[in-house]
Amino acid sequence: MKLVVAVIKPFKLDEVKAALEGVGIQGLTVTEARGFGRQKGHTEVYRGAEYRVELLPKTRIELLIDDEIADDAVKAIIAGARTGSIGDGKVWVLAVDQAVRIRTGEMGADAL
Amino acid sequence: MDSGDTAFVLISAAMVMFMTPGLALFYGGMVRAKNVLATVMQSFFTIGLVSVLWVLAAYSLAFGPDKGGLIGGLDYLGFAGVGQEPNPDLSPTIPHIAYAVFQLFFAAITPALITGAFAERMKFSAFALFTTLWLFLVYAPLAHWVWAPGGWLRELGALDFAGGTVVHMNSGFAALAAAIVIGKRRGFLKEAMVPHNLTLTILGAGILWFGWFGFNAGSALAANGLAATAFIATNTATGAAVLGWCLTDYLRRRKTTTLGAASGAVAGLVAITPAAGYVGPMGSVAIGLAAGIVCALAVGLKFRAGYDDALDVVGVHAVGGMLGALLIGVFANTAFNEAGGDGLLAGGGLALLGKQAVAVGATLAFSFGLSFVLLKLVDVVVGLRVTEEEELTGLDISQHEEVGYAFAEGGGGTAVPVGAGYAETGPAPATIRVPQGDSA
Repeated sequence: MKLVVAVIKPFKLDEVKAALEGVGIQGLTVTEARGFGRQKGHTEVYRGAEYRVELLPKTRIELLIDDEIADDAVKAIIAGARTGSIGDGKVWVLAVDQAVRIRTGEMGADAL
Repeated sequence: MDSGDTAFVLISAAMVMFMTPGLALFYGGMVRAKNVLATVMQSFFTIGLVSVLWVLAAYSLAFGPDKGGLIGGLDYLGFAGVGQEPNPDLSPTIPHIAYAVFQLFFAAITPALITGAFAERMKFSAFALFTTLWLFLVYAPLAHWVWAPGGWLRELGALDFAGGTVVHMNSGFAALAAAIVIGKRRGFLKEAMVPHNLTLTILGAGILWFGWFGFNAGSALAANGLAATAFIATNTATGAAVLGWCLTDYLRRRKTTTLGAASGAVAGLVAITPAAGYVGPMGSVAIGLAAGIVCALAVGLKFRAGYDDALDVVGVHAVGGMLGALLIGVFANTAFNEAGGDGLLAGGGLALLGKQAVAVGATLAFSFGLSFVLLKLVDVVVGLRVTEEEELTGLDISQHEEVGYAFAEGGGGTAVPVGAGYAETGPAPATIRVPQGDSA
């Protein structure tokens, strides 16, 4: 089992979700996040005073999936999230020891 | 008695009342989310507080029979003698009590304006005590000087149609005193303190713009041509000030801002307030444009001078009020109001401008000086500031035990009901405390 985590631009969520559905992903979790990478922040101006805002709004998505579709999922996320400009985000993949479906008690791959 | 005038003034009074909730939104959107309720509360509570104090004694001090040009007598305590018959010296065509309630809402919004200066750090008790003292000792005398028969500024011939002196310069100079006495917010100039919801702010500015027609046109105290003149002057100047502030923003960074548009509207409304019944439409354009540009520049002064006027009451109300008062001396024309005066451009020379300058100077000295003393006094009696921990937590929790935004069930997902009320009836964690009727 793998946990695929991605931090993407918020407005790319719909495209990423569509791309993931295209490779057969059946569920994902989405969280509103803030952060910065090489993109750094932006400038906001209130009544002429400038503020450097370093943490930008981002969307974090997580999917718990079978090993064999992890590569497809990563490719789908990249296809959906990429604009080519700085700040597109990152995807990373973690190994998962155990998973349980709370309703039924199914464990491991059956729980996915 | 004129039924049309009475209807107009009563409706205008209700419109002026609505300005203070508008101000609550205007200010509330500009603070950080953790202080939104405390900020809104300072305006809303003031409506209630002044509504009572005005009837009890403040109206009498402001508009009671003149004592030496400085203050009103105590004849109208508890609105005694303020009845359905007109008072010929104040408002000959409407009931005296209609005039008194119209004036009430001017008195309510003025201390509410000051709260922008000490936003995000003042104790609620200190705010309530200061507002009470300030209404009696600063607002009421100044209103008497400017508007009451026998008041010395009125006798001098200084013009203030709807309250540039009494409301805007007065609150603006008190705000300067407040920002200095209470000190800066923790983290001022070190961390970003940016508005949390400018949508509220621009809605608040819109409500102020609407209510201001009651404020300025209503100050004609009659449903007549002068009221219409004041109405169009108000709207024209406000539009021009939106353009002026947005132009200033645009020239700086090639961007306009919503906060600039909202602030410009308020700056224009402030500046035209004293002039609304004395200038024509073109004078209004000039006053509004000047207010938008000058106030947009003036709000930056606090960073250089080092005082933390959190929501720019000084830059908008003191500066805009002074500008409007002085520009009356330039643009006033008796062609628009025979009871007014002729300014520089109407061939009146410098005489009117001189009187306006006296009114500005007297207001500055009196309002700043006495407000400073009252704030020091309140600091000694109850303490002005919340503790460091309370300030970091936010005033909503520390002063009111509430939060402005609960995005998840249960107040952000962290609240656990407290108390014994539900413990006996079920397995729930137990703990909500409900009012127990007479058990207290």
